[in-house]
Formats: sequence, C-alpha cells, structure tokens
Amino acid sequence: MKKIDSKIPEGPLADKWNNYKAKAKLVNPANRNKLSVIVVGTGLAGSSCAASLAEQGYNIKSFCFQDSPRRAHSVAAQGGVNASKNYKNDGDSTFRMFYDTIKGGDFRSREANVYRLAECSASLIDHAVAQGVPFAREYGGYLNNRSFGGVQVSRTFYARGQTGQQLLLGAYQSLLRQVNTGKVTMHTRHEMVELVVIDGKAKGIIARNLETGTLERHEADAVVLATGGYGKVYYLSTLAMGCNGSAIWRAHKKGAYMAGVSWIQFHPTCLPQHGENQSKLTLMSESLRNDGRIWVSKKVGDDRLPNSIPEEERDYYLERRYPAFGNLAPRDISSRAAKERIDAGFGAGAMKNAVYLDFSKAIIAQGVDKIKAKYSNLFSMYEKINGIDAYKEPMLISPAAHFTMGGLWVDYELMTTIPGLFALGEANFSDHGANRLGANSLLQACVDGYFIAPYTIPNYLSGELKTDKITTDHPAFAEAEIAARRQLDRFLNTKGKFSADYFHKKTGKLLYEKCGLSRSKENLEEAIISLKLLKESFEKDLLITGDDTLNSELEKAGRVADYIELAELMCHDALQREESCGAHFREEYQTTEGEAVRNDSDFCYVSAWEWKGAQQPPELYKEPLTFESVELAVRSYK
Amino acid sequence: MKLFLKIWRQLNASSKGEMVNYEIDGISEQMSFLEMLDLLNESLIQLGERVIEFDHDCREGICGQCGIMINGRAHGPLKHTTTCQLHMRSFKDGDTIYIEPFRAAAFPILRDLKINRKSFDAIITSGGYINAGTGQAPEANSIPITYEQSEAAFDTAACIGCGACVATCKNSSAALFTSAKVTHLSLLPQGQLEASKRVIAMVRQMDAEGFGSCSNTEACEVECPQDISVLSIAKMNYEYNKAVLLKK
Amino acid sequence: MKNTLNNKLIMASTGLFLCFFLVIHLLGNLQLLLPEDVAREQFNWYSHMLSGNLLIKIISWILYASLIGHAVYALIIAVKNNTANGKSYQYDKRNFASAWNSRNMGILGTILLLFLIVHFKDYWYTYKFTALPVDANGNKDLYEIVVSSFSQAWYVIIYEISFLALGFHLLHGFFSASRTLGLYHPKYAKAVKIIGWFYSIAITGGFMAIPLYIYFK
Repeated sequence: MKKIDSKIPEGPLADKWNNYKAKAKLVNPANRNKLSVIVVGTGLAGSSCAASLAEQGYNIKSFCFQDSPRRAHSVAAQGGVNASKNYKNDGDSTFRMFYDTIKGGDFRSREANVYRLAECSASLIDHAVAQGVPFAREYGGYLNNRSFGGVQVSRTFYARGQTGQQLLLGAYQSLLRQVNTGKVTMHTRHEMVELVVIDGKAKGIIARNLETGTLERHEADAVVLATGGYGKVYYLSTLAMGCNGSAIWRAHKKGAYMAGVSWIQFHPTCLPQHGENQSKLTLMSESLRNDGRIWVSKKVGDDRLPNSIPEEERDYYLERRYPAFGNLAPRDISSRAAKERIDAGFGAGAMKNAVYLDFSKAIIAQGVDKIKAKYSNLFSMYEKINGIDAYKEPMLISPAAHFTMGGLWVDYELMTTIPGLFALGEANFSDHGANRLGANSLLQACVDGYFIAPYTIPNYLSGELKTDKITTDHPAFAEAEIAARRQLDRFLNTKGKFSADYFHKKTGKLLYEKCGLSRSKENLEEAIISLKLLKESFEKDLLITGDDTLNSELEKAGRVADYIELAELMCHDALQREESCGAHFREEYQTTEGEAVRNDSDFCYVSAWEWKGAQQPPELYKEPLTFESVELAVRSYK
Repeated sequence: MKLFLKIWRQLNASSKGEMVNYEIDGISEQMSFLEMLDLLNESLIQLGERVIEFDHDCREGICGQCGIMINGRAHGPLKHTTTCQLHMRSFKDGDTIYIEPFRAAAFPILRDLKINRKSFDAIITSGGYINAGTGQAPEANSIPITYEQSEAAFDTAACIGCGACVATCKNSSAALFTSAKVTHLSLLPQGQLEASKRVIAMVRQMDAEGFGSCSNTEACEVECPQDISVLSIAKMNYEYNKAVLLKK
Repeated sequence: MKNTLNNKLIMASTGLFLCFFLVIHLLGNLQLLLPEDVAREQFNWYSHMLSGNLLIKIISWILYASLIGHAVYALIIAVKNNTANGKSYQYDKRNFASAWNSRNMGILGTILLLFLIVHFKDYWYTYKFTALPVDANGNKDLYEIVVSSFSQAWYVIIYEISFLALGFHLLHGFFSASRTLGLYHPKYAKAVKIIGWFYSIAITGGFMAIPLYIYFK
C-alpha cells in the first residue's frame, strides 16, 4: 500500500497552525506581480481566495459557469455560520468547537485540520462584519447567536434565513473590488473542461466559453478548484441545477486523488418529490426542527389527511428513538430514521415518500405570531411551492441529497496530490469527516479561502518564481484542448435517442436506491454493474441537439458523463468501507436497534482513490487518522 | 393541463428573433414553471430541435439567475416571486402563455431567453463594497450596530440581482438595484467612510451601462422577489445629493 | 456632471417651483369667484400688479425658465430612456405593477404643454401685446376676456380636461420630486404622500371650479 503525506505540522494540536505560518515560505511583494493563479468557482471559497490573493498582489483569473460570480450556490445556504466567539458566555472555546465537529463527523476527519477550522472561525466573523455583512444583532448592538443541531452551545451567527447569501455577497464584493484594481480578471459563463498538468504540476486549464462555445487556454503558476460539491449526482437534490463535479472529476482523471467519495449528507428537512418531472428538492432550514415535531401515522399506507389522524395514532419516531435529542437529532440520524419509516410503508403524502413536520403544538404553546416571526419566510416558501398553509396543516418533508463531505483529497495545505493544484471548500474532502454539522459548511468554505489558502498557496508559489514561465503554446495545452474538443464532438455526433437529463435521472435514481441513505454490499455491487451498463448506453444513446456554440444540453452532457463515472467511484468507496460511520450507513453493520456500528480498528482512515483509467478499478490509498487529543467514542444521541 | 406557449426565439445578440408557437400537454399543477420548460425542451430534443435556452440555477429563488417575462410581467403573474418559484397552479388548462426574455439595452440577449447581465456586476465593481482587506478587520463586537440598523441594512442587502426591476421598469432603470447596494452599505457604520465616493462612482457606472432614469413608478418594488423598498432609491438620491453638495 | 440623477434633479426642482407658482396663480384666480363688480376690479388690479413689479418680473423669468427647462429635460430624459429600453416587449402587461399616471407623465405633460400654448396665447399674449379696453380704475380689463371665453362650453371643456391632466401630473410629480431630492425616511415619505394628495386635489379642484362657476353663473 502506497502512502500519502498529509503534511501535518509538528507541535501540539493548538500550535500546529501557528507553527506552519511561522515557517511557511513567503513571496516578496515585488515578485507577486510575476505570479498568477487560476481560481475556478466563485462561491465562498473561490471568491474569498481570489480576493485575498489579489489583495496580496498576485494576478488572479477567476472563472464561474454562472452569469455572475454572485450566483454560486453558497448563496442558498440558509441557517448560519459557526464561530467559537463564546459571546454567549456558555462555555464555547476553540477546543469545544473542534471536539463537536470531529465528533459530529464520526471521527473520520483529521484532528489538525478540524482544530484549525475552529481556530480561524472567530476571525471570519470579524472579517465578514468589516465587509458589511448584516448579521443578526441584539438590541444593544452586539452580535446575536443561535444554536444548531448536534451541539450544546450557541455559536451560530446568522443573517435571517439568508446567511449564505450575505456571506457570499461580502466575498463577491471583495472579489469585484479586486476586479476594479485590475488584479482579478473575471471570466463568467466559462466552464473548466480540462486541467493542464506540465511536469507533474498544475499549470493551467482549458475553459469553455459558454456564450460562444470556444475553448480557451489559460495558464497560471497554480490552479485552485473551489467548485463546490457533487450532490447533484443524485439528480434530485437541494443543489442548484448547474452544480457539478466536473472540475474535480477531470482533475481526478489527471492524477488528483478523491477521498471520502461516498460520504454524502442527506438533509432531513427538504420538500418531497411530487412527480417524475421534478428537477430539484427544495431545502427547508433545519431551524424548523426547533419547533416542529416529526411524525408519521402508526398505520401502514394511511390515506387520511394529517389533521384527521388522532394524536394516539401518530408515531413521533425521533422522540421515541432518541429521547435526549428528539427532533433535533443530527442530520444523518434524522434522515435515516425518516427513510426507515418511509421504507416500512408509513410514509405520508401522495407518493408516500414523506413524513410530517408539525407545528400545531408549538403554535398552541407560543401563539401563531411567535412562529410567524421565526419562520414566516419558510412558511411562505412552502406555500409558494405546495400551495399549502403550514400554519394549519403539517408540512410534508423528506430527506434529500445535500452536501458532499467527500471530494478531492488534500493535505494540510489544501493541496491535492497534483502539486500546484489546490482544492477549497466543499470541493475538497474537507474537515467534516463522515458527517457535517449544520452551519459548518459556510465556515469551512470561508476559512479555506480567506485564512488558509492565502498562506499555503504563496508557500507553493515561492518555489515557482524560479521555474521557467510556461505559455499556452506548450504541447500540454494543445493536447488538453484536443481531448476536450474530441469529447464535445463525440457528444454532438452520437445522435442516439436519450437526452443528457435522461441519463442524469437514471444515475440519480440508481444512487438513491443503492448508494443513498443506506447501502449494502449486494446493492453496491449491483450498482457498479448497472453504472457500467449505463455508461455504455450513454456512449451510444446520447442525443444532443444544437451545435457547439451556446448550448446548455452540451454543457449537461459533459457533466453527466462525469457523474456516471463519479457514481461508480462512490459505490467502490462505499463498498470498500465495511462499517457504518456518519452519513455512510452499511446495512450489514448496525445494532439490533438499527444504530450505526463504526469499526475503528479496521477503518480509522481516509480512503483516497486514484483513477486508473476507465477500464481499471480505482486504486485505494489509506491515510491513517490518528487521534491524540480526543478519545474515539460512540456517537450517541439517545 | 394543456397549454399554448408563445416563446421568444433568437439565435444571438445581433439576430432578429421572433415569437414561436408551441403546444404542451400533460402539465400538472405541482410542476414549477421551469420544469414545464424542461419538459418542453425534452420534447424538442426528441424532435431533434435546438432547445430553448433559459437561465436558471438554484431553483429556490435566491441565486437570481432565472428571469423571464411571463405574460408580459417580470417573473410572471405573482408579486415578489422569482420565475423558478412560480408554479403551474397559477395557470389553467388551455391558457396561452407569452414567454420573453427580460429586455433592456443594458441586458443584451445571448440566445432565446438568456440575457447578459454583466452591467450589474460592473455597477458593483465601480464601488459597491467596503474597502476591507482580509486581515484588517477589528474584533466584530467593536462595531456595535443597533438591531434596527442591521435589519434595515439587511432589507436592501437581500437583493438577488435578478434584474426584474430593470425588466419591469418602463425606463429600464437600474435605480432599485444600485440603490439597494448603496443603501445597504451606507446604513452601516463600516460603510460610512466611503459613502460619498461610493455613491458617485456607482451612479456614474449605472449611467455608463446605459440604464434609464428612475421616474418613481414603483413597479420595481412590486416585482422585486425580495420586496426591496423603493425608499432605498430615495436613500440613494439623498446620499448622492449630499455627496455632490459636500464635494470639495 | 451629466447623468440621470442630475437630470432628475432639474426635473424635480423646476417641477417644485411650478408647484409653488400654481399656488400663487390659484390664489389670484380665486378672485374670479367674488361678486362680479368686486371681482372685475380686484382681478384687473391684480393682473396689472403682476406685470409691473420687478420682483414679480424676476419670478416670472424663473417661471419661464422652469417651464422650458422642465419640458426640455423631460424630452432629454425620454429620449435617453427610450434608448435604454432597447427592443420593446411583444406582449406587455407591466402596467399591472404601477399607477397609470406615474407611467404617463410624458403624455400628461404634453397635454399640459399644448394647454399652456393656448393659455398663453389667449391671456398672456392678449394681455401683454394687444390693446384691451380698460376698467373703471384704468387697468386692462382681463376679467372681461376671461368671463367671455368661459362662456363657451368647448373652451370650458378644454380647460377642464387640461386641469384633470394637471391633477394627475401633480399627484405623481409632487411625491416623485421628493424622492429625487432624497426624502427616504418612511414616516416623512408617507407625510409627503398625504400632503401631495391634498395639494393635488386642492389645486386641481380650485382651478376646475373657476371655469365651471363662470360658465354656469
């Protein structure tokens, strides 16, 4: 078994990041102008990294597929962002936050990374406030907090139900400020289609201009991928339609390892599927679980309207199974419990695929006005989508694919296994282990971009000053461009009978069934075979109309091609990990009560996978996880 | 339900474009408007035709990428609703629906219903930010901001940049968009220092992009998915007038 | 500095000056509602006074400048807005989202401009540049001209229509000007809206009453 080096700095846990910063190599301000960095993605991680590096004086090329950098999907995060400011004087600290996160991740993340995340969290709040992010305030003018699932302190900062939007706008404004200074050139409606690797180092990308269809070559001294998660692989998810895994997948095929690939968080409070033509599952903030009670009927296939099911015939299964945390059990556990009930035939709604989220008790206890003040935007969103007044009738919710803990494997410097290629935010396999705590994703994206990459990327760049400048005339660029061109031509010329969406939906459905909330050896092995067949079908049956100019179907085709391959790796990853941890639940590894059974003696490592070509199975590398500051404990929310 | 669609098709910015008729059947009430278009595109693919290009992304009303003129109204018949949040229960069997792109000289059409809104980014680029570099920030609680101030700033900061305000404005004015950012930042103490410089730069850029002038019809507020108040336009005017009067 | 906000500032300041002038004008004209003898004497004296005083002269020059400025800038803005609009919608129901008069200030303004041409020709020009009979005090007898013109139904109708246009123009213009000047506080913005309604109704009602009163007397 080959080894991979995570480059964790020396010293005690609390000193590691400071030790790293003290020793990291720097670039003289006069020399920074000679170095350039490509940043793909303009979400929180991408925008913040591009802006922060530009502020230091590097030349940045920023890319996004949307029509404006402000639209990246960070914008949709609702709940909040965690920081261990301890403003509530309720016992929060860097260590406490570190511990909550590592426990929430079911002890499948790196201690040093997670500690650094907690350590930098306070600075993020300072910075966001300085940018003008209108966080919630108390009447006296100081910042307010709320609590979130899985923790016992109040450390979540929020801006109503639009925290992600507000943080993103702060980062977006910082980015455009650098566009104004000329340090950042912005390429909107551009999609990265190939990574260019020269002498083993990432040196540029091939990007497709989505307005014209032309392929462009862009060179740089380092490439940053901040392209978000690939949860859209399930087709029906809480993600935006354009979210994709193509940038990281294409980097993977060029040599970057993928880690924790099958760790996908299913968000328990989403709107259920209502029909075959549905395109997405809308997320309803987890904060609803503070006042809403989750239940299903005690009768299988109950067709009665929720309000006509009497109290004694309702099964409040979360309260029943997890009396200590009740309706506020962590996301993975709540989602799984919902699936268990639905699969057993107790599901509600027309498609019997949902559970009830009921506010009637809270409305009686607190009054409808109090509930309105807290959740009116969510209730009105619910009514807009379903036409149902949730003040009078329980909401129908169901779990949906939401966040990918997995992604490109990165070391402590956030560098992938390809030197010069960095992965930030949800695109990397990150600090969340096998399950992410609420309000930690905004934090991780921001901390990666504002406070980590601006130290670790210069450390790498300092070595690039001396190397010869590469131009886009280098044969590696031509080769990558030809490969991209060939793929596009193939999509257009296949002239089969099914659209890209058809294959996307098939992949998603397959994954939901075989590699979703719960997995089994048998199902995963079946899925791998089915995915291979689906890939063959995709190669001969795809139908793309239009031409190689502006063509959204052609864009989709490239993404779906990558999803099918990625899905296969997900199944390999899930199959290999013979334990249940966090979001990864293997049916073979559970207690008699249906709780997950983790196997620390055999699986306390990060699985990093190397691409070996389309015909070969991926190769596994193990990065052992060592815990010096915490004890491995069984996660219990009972 | 069955619907008759009249959809604007245009190959690129310089081509002429026209309304094209389509029929679609089997639409259910729960479908979103964009899912209805997905279904239409699926049928076009089966016919071997080029799909109808339209912008969309998050489909939950927050990214601001979608934006279609539906039956002559920005984002369709509902107030304060994005196109992606419009559902087919707002229509009935046999309806004819007119579907056009947002139109303004500053929003050139890329293809069909897709438009280019770079002009909005240019307005922000000209000064729609606080000059706070990473690492410079003081401790967050050292800048107290009252609850009311923060909430008022949020009200305008909520803008999603969809462009419905421009599309519905008889003058194609970007006053609501520009003023939302001006107001957001000028209401906060962090943003006060640069308020004059910012408003002058942003107003100048707004004009340079070719937007019209605001005549206070207030149509923008009605269509704004985030319900941003037209009073922010007054606030921008105030900041602008003050900046011009006090300019050295 | 030429830009849309400055253009609107010119519209607002000239407009508000014209609003102020309308008050003075209406107060003067209300004299027409007095009993005939008193009215003739007082109205003619008032008209004479207006044409002699230096202060009034200065104000009247500002008035002419405001009228022309308001119209010229309206045109400039309209042309610019038209360019900004680009291609028009094939199917347009945007009118749902705003008040009719706020969208049609240009049409209302054009009606008012045409009205002003008639109005100036029949009174201002006649008074200034033609020989008129004089009243008992030796002032030009404008009263007689007013009364005789408003004895014709078609003339009254033209005036009434124009005043209605004026009313709708004022209703939007008054508060729109306050916006342009930067009145953003919700409480005061609401107050201005209420004052605007009172103002518009009072001015329109006052002006509309006079021709009708004379016609039906």
